[in-house]
Amino acid sequence: MANSALARGDNLKFATGNDAVVQVRDIFKNYGDVEALRGINLEFERGKLTTLLGPSGCGKTTLLKIIAGLVPATSGEIRVNGRAVTGPGPERAFVFQDFALMPWATVLRNVGFGLELKGMPAAERDRTARRYIEQVGLAGFEQKYPHELSGGMRQRVGIARAFAVNADVLLLDEPFSAVDEQNRRKFQEDLLRLVELEKKTFIFVTHSIEEAVYVSDRIVLLSPRPGRVSQIIDPMIDRSASPDDIRRDAGYLDVVEEIWQGLRQYAE
Amino acid sequence: MTLFGTRIPMMASLVFWLLVWEIVGQLDVMFLIPPITSIVSAGFDLVQTGSWQDASMITLRSFLYGMSLAIVVGVPLGVLMGRVKVIDNIFGLWVNMFVSAPLSALVPILMILFGMGETTVIVTVFLFAVWIIVLDARAGVMQVPTSLVEMGRSYGASRWTIFSKIILLSALPEILAGIRIGLIRGVKGVVIGQILVSIIGYGELFELYSRSFDMERFWALTMLLFVAAMLLSAGVEHFEKRIEYYAGAR
Repeated sequence: MANSALARGDNLKFATGNDAVVQVRDIFKNYGDVEALRGINLEFERGKLTTLLGPSGCGKTTLLKIIAGLVPATSGEIRVNGRAVTGPGPERAFVFQDFALMPWATVLRNVGFGLELKGMPAAERDRTARRYIEQVGLAGFEQKYPHELSGGMRQRVGIARAFAVNADVLLLDEPFSAVDEQNRRKFQEDLLRLVELEKKTFIFVTHSIEEAVYVSDRIVLLSPRPGRVSQIIDPMIDRSASPDDIRRDAGYLDVVEEIWQGLRQYAE
Repeated sequence: MTLFGTRIPMMASLVFWLLVWEIVGQLDVMFLIPPITSIVSAGFDLVQTGSWQDASMITLRSFLYGMSLAIVVGVPLGVLMGRVKVIDNIFGLWVNMFVSAPLSALVPILMILFGMGETTVIVTVFLFAVWIIVLDARAGVMQVPTSLVEMGRSYGASRWTIFSKIILLSALPEILAGIRIGLIRGVKGVVIGQILVSIIGYGELFELYSRSFDMERFWALTMLLFVAAMLLSAGVEHFEKRIEYYAGAR
């Protein structure tokens, strides 16, 4: 793992300084004797989508939950907009791998739940929720219950809920892993559109290399046990091309290959 | 079910066995089995008697008191056990022991403690029903998905909000299932309690009819109880289905 130290040293110098919304400083996380994360230093810029990519067990979800304030770090510090994180906060919104929708509540109520917790009046809450339901392509499904929706549609509800609270930072924990392949591609395209539209900071966790390269402005490769930053890659994909062209683009395929070469040592 | 190509309706087996009963009854094989028709007419007479109406009121009252107590104690205890480790450790063993214990054996002790009256029956209903309510409420609270709680936290819900808006609602199907099974157990409790105490309610009537070999009334009363228990269970199940519908996809 000689290249890991090198990549970390190089890339971070370039990453610091400018418009960093989320700063991760010297994060360590131990679960009892198990070291899950070791010395993570990262910065996430406004308006960019950064992906945490790595094999299972590399602590990428743990890192995301530490940033969310859902899991405490053993040591180190997270700063969002310059303020240290001690728990969840309104400037961060989370999208869950298993959607985490309330099965007893309609789409409208689920999407508005974050606003309901903020104490927003019902009329205004519903108006906002409806706007985001429409934006994720679920108009007409406001009064449906989660079990009446497909997996893909459920995650759209989860994403609409996260957008509705108007947080600066969106944390997405493998949001498309429970969605079938066709929908997944559609989702990735929609996500790019939303990144463009919303100008928020996205931190995205996935284990799919293709997905990471396709959607990310920057990819952070984590190595497993304990999780460390092993490489940072800026794919530089030209997104003005059509989705199908991007997936055939030589630059895109090269990045996928480069990441695979970096990760294959962990695959068995 | 189909037989020789024709569909047999659901109630056919019931009708068939009632017919067999009627034939055996009419043949006068044994005094224990009077014809079903005379049981039914005895039933119609029975429900008009003051003694049956009084007994029903007493039975219903004991059942309602016992069940309310079981729900009011059982649901919070189960929820607490599911949330607080210490409470689970204190009560877990006892609840698991009592849920499968032959509680009828305790009724004589209850009679010594609470006297030969309604109180004993109420306590019997309570003891029959409460444990399964506790266990199901506990199970419901424990299987609330972690991500749903994390969702609440990440959107800024207080501990109380998470408890009342997420955990309780999420556990509601299990809590109701526990109450339904508890109700059925409670019916057993009220009958067994009354029979063992044997001087109040249906217990008194059962005692009276079996001593005087009044088999028509004995069977009529038994069947009325069966029907009541089934209707009760079906009613709760109906209510439960509506809730399950909302919670259908966890």
